[in-house]
Amino acid sequence: MSTVAHENNHHDAHHHEESFVSKYIFTQDHKMIGKQFLMTAVFMGIVAMMLSIFFRIQLAWPGEESTFLNVFLGDNWAPDGIMKENMYLGLVTIHGTIMVFFLLTGGLSGTFSNILIPLQLGARDMASGFLNMLSYWFFFLSTLLMFASLFVYDGAVFGIQIGDASSALPDHTVWDGSGPAMSGWTIYPPLSGLPNAEQGSGLGMTLWLFSMAIFIASSLLGSLNYIVTVINLRTKGMKMTRMPLTIWAFFVTAILGVLSFPVLLSAVLLLIMDRMAGTSFYLSDIIVQGEMLANHGGSPLLYQHLFWFLGHPEVYIVLLPALGLSSEIIATNSRKPIFGYKAMIGSILAIGFLSFIVWGHHMFVTGMNPFLGSVFVFTTLLIAIPSAVKVFNYLTTLWKGSLVLTPAMMFAIGLVSTFITGGVTGIILADSALDIAIHDTYFVVAHFHIVMGMSAVFGMFGGVYHWFPKMFGRMMNMRLGYVHFWITIIGAYGVFFPMHFVGLAGAPRRYYDYTVYQEFDQGTYDMIMDLNGIVTFFAIFAAIGQILFLFNFFYSIFRGPKSPQNPWRSNTLEWTTPVEHIHGNWPGELPTVHRWPYDYSKPGADEDFIPQTVPLKKGEEEH
Amino acid sequence: MEKLIILIVLVTGVIALAQLVRLYELSSKLKKKGEHDVNDRDNHLNAKLMLGFMMFQFLGFIYLMLTYGWTGRGEAASLQGIETDWLLNLNFVIIIIVFFITNFLLFYFAFKYVRKPGIKATFYAHDNKLEAVWTVVPAIVLAVIIILGLQSWNELTSGPSKESVRIELFAKQFDWTARYSGENGKLGKYDYKLTNEGNNPLALMTTETIESARSETEKAIDAIEQELKLAQLDHLTSGYRGLISASAYKSHIEDSYNAASEGDFNLVEVEESYKHIYADAKGLSGHVEVEIPDPNSETQKIFDRLEEKLIVKGRILRSIVQMQQNFNSKYDAYAFDDIIQTDTLYLCKGVEYEMSFRSKDVIHSAYFPHFRAQMNVVPGMPTRFKFTPSLTTEEMRKKKADPKFNFILMCNKICGTAHYKMKMMVVVLDKNEFKQWEISKQQSTFKDTYSAGESEDLANSEN
Repeated sequence: MSTVAHENNHHDAHHHEESFVSKYIFTQDHKMIGKQFLMTAVFMGIVAMMLSIFFRIQLAWPGEESTFLNVFLGDNWAPDGIMKENMYLGLVTIHGTIMVFFLLTGGLSGTFSNILIPLQLGARDMASGFLNMLSYWFFFLSTLLMFASLFVYDGAVFGIQIGDASSALPDHTVWDGSGPAMSGWTIYPPLSGLPNAEQGSGLGMTLWLFSMAIFIASSLLGSLNYIVTVINLRTKGMKMTRMPLTIWAFFVTAILGVLSFPVLLSAVLLLIMDRMAGTSFYLSDIIVQGEMLANHGGSPLLYQHLFWFLGHPEVYIVLLPALGLSSEIIATNSRKPIFGYKAMIGSILAIGFLSFIVWGHHMFVTGMNPFLGSVFVFTTLLIAIPSAVKVFNYLTTLWKGSLVLTPAMMFAIGLVSTFITGGVTGIILADSALDIAIHDTYFVVAHFHIVMGMSAVFGMFGGVYHWFPKMFGRMMNMRLGYVHFWITIIGAYGVFFPMHFVGLAGAPRRYYDYTVYQEFDQGTYDMIMDLNGIVTFFAIFAAIGQILFLFNFFYSIFRGPKSPQNPWRSNTLEWTTPVEHIHGNWPGELPTVHRWPYDYSKPGADEDFIPQTVPLKKGEEEH
Repeated sequence: MEKLIILIVLVTGVIALAQLVRLYELSSKLKKKGEHDVNDRDNHLNAKLMLGFMMFQFLGFIYLMLTYGWTGRGEAASLQGIETDWLLNLNFVIIIIVFFITNFLLFYFAFKYVRKPGIKATFYAHDNKLEAVWTVVPAIVLAVIIILGLQSWNELTSGPSKESVRIELFAKQFDWTARYSGENGKLGKYDYKLTNEGNNPLALMTTETIESARSETEKAIDAIEQELKLAQLDHLTSGYRGLISASAYKSHIEDSYNAASEGDFNLVEVEESYKHIYADAKGLSGHVEVEIPDPNSETQKIFDRLEEKLIVKGRILRSIVQMQQNFNSKYDAYAFDDIIQTDTLYLCKGVEYEMSFRSKDVIHSAYFPHFRAQMNVVPGMPTRFKFTPSLTTEEMRKKKADPKFNFILMCNKICGTAHYKMKMMVVVLDKNEFKQWEISKQQSTFKDTYSAGESEDLANSEN
């Protein structure tokens, strides 16, 4: 019943002229909301990438004057062009937070779930347009707060005084919380829980925590909407086993989000209480900056358990949408069905389930009970099985295909490569005995940047190139796309491959420089510095390459050639809608689905693709 | 100026790019080619580049391995490290094989099966046998990895052997302190509330240190109470200021301040006397009502801060009193012969060390890269780890051909600004050298340093 009413509403709304505000700002249309997510994420992505360039410069040339740093960080944070130690930690923290939550969660899942779920399912819109709108605006608000955290200095945000300025304090050795959050993106207490534990644990951390709480609200609203839409609003004939793998991935991602983000929210709220209400959830027996605290009985490990209970599913919240997108892209552009459709669904479900019982592998050396550690070794290594299945299925999909190497396809192939390369080092890190020596070193940084960062970013780029015509009705320039791809993948490997060796040599992460090694072990120091130079070179190279993408993206929105209805000759429903966006997606009745989405190059067919709306011929078998 | 130049360069670059793209689009329009269709030339070029990239990836990896050594790390210097390095190498062999094969297939397929005129893709949707193969094979390999890994893990984390020697590592922002158990082989008890920066920075527990902490805390409470009194008196006095002419009350106020500083002081009495002076000055008699305004936010903040401090100190004091009642003085001996070592950690080759870790403030992580050992140091929760050095510093120097080489203990959990400088030198000696070092330390036990050190006033150390 509600579905019918829903549809009628849309038909009515269709005839109204919309104001600018209701069309572009407080819109309830899933396509526009998806684009809003994308734009915000692109902006945050640029910020986070710039931050990484700043600290890469510091790592490659520690203590050298750099006008570049001075221009961007100013005299407060980089006097004479030398970055301050505190700011280094701030940059690392905000870089990680933005990349994980704002680009790869909000940006990837927010954008593509919104755009593709109704379109590929044959729905007029999300189950609740209003909640969907709220989800975006919460996301926007949390973005602002996180951005504000980056600009905290001396108790002021963007120059507006909010907290106490350090000059007002008699003793300068006491930190007053001026500066962005600086405890790493995992913000382990007590460092993050005690405002005087370091410079960034004051106002910057408060903003971080509130931003995250609002972000979680946004994510939950979005996820609930996605789940309800997938379950209830599939069009006639769209059985669960006929859904494109993109939708399966978004669906499982949303379930992971709904089950795990509330746990992070509780972790954040308890931390806020420890900071503001004098509770002792995470604090016990502490003397900080000469001040003896009476807090007793709390456990910093409690926070870590709560954090990683989200933190690990979060990896798959980031990764699954990228894998879903690339499944679709690879099948379309190989002109072949995805190999092992049901096995792919099975492995998405298996990965989703396993991701909830592996979080302890982040905590092998935290002092957690070693027996518990061995349980987590077991469950973690199990994840390699469904992951391997996915990889082999991708390879077989390519095998004997007729590959059309669009930029999207190339990014999807790149994703498979990074997923393998990053995945195999996970086997080392999941082995607790081996993890001891490389825990918290650059080996870990290299591992998760490739397997989760690069894979997800490649998936996102692939998605943007592939669905750009759907989003904006225009095409992106392909040649620029090719150049962008080659620069990005060479840059990505150039950055993260040598980084494994930095970590194996014993370089801890979140170090401002490695002069400690200079005193003790010159050989290791030389090696680290050598490699850091290479890494930074490729990082700058890759960052410059992204200008091509940005240009291509914004230029094509306005000036790109008009797109045909189905540019990639694809089977899924989104390409049966008109190029011009309309409320309700399909002008007439909703399409009816008769087959799975992967009938590419089916023997006996005239074309090498058969859209899902085409009925089965007499005697034709469904895959 | 530099900002301007950067801006100009950026803008010109964007404009140039825009013109190039337009040119490209115009020319492709002339050729009447659909923009969405990938032409064969581009398709084949990119296919070849896929192979080219694979070479870049493989050769880059091989180059790194040749230049920096197989896994880029030197020899392990502990028995446990040798064990895990062996396992690491085995795992590396497995994953490198997987890496090469799968990446090769990926890029080779991308090259080989690129669209060619007249050749249609093969419709090949699934094959249960094949899928079973690549579920089962990884599962078997992983089973081997898991079994070997857990064996090592169980050995590494099992309890210490009887011969093992306990050392405590104490971490704070931003340095390390080691504590050896001394002659009796037992580490003294501790409690963070006994910390005294002057003579007991590690908060060891003896009858004396408890007593001293108790009296220090009591003193501190008195001092805070005093401060609170003075703050309240200030507030009261400032309320009457302006109501009464200065000459009329000046001497009286001095009296009350003197009384306050001697501790013989009652705020209600002082207020009463102020009222009398006020009445006298105004020529009024009898009971006078004077409204003292509520403290402003600044003053209120000071009151709140002091009251909070009092609560915290009160709790700590109660806890210390309890500790005093429960403490048995036989434990004094455990602490007195402990040896505290701040700059360098001395270890003996071949001895199994049971390290226990304690943090004063935030989480740290004790990371010994050369011994392949690591354990987090968590406030409020003691952690432990064991390892056995297998090479002396001298031997390692020879192996590394670096006469200045030293083992190092560093912090590997972000702990604040100077995290990257938080380190301790580790020296591994052979048995004889180590014995000598122990003898040289016999006169600097905790008992010696405690009586030599000055107790630092708690009240002052806490800004």
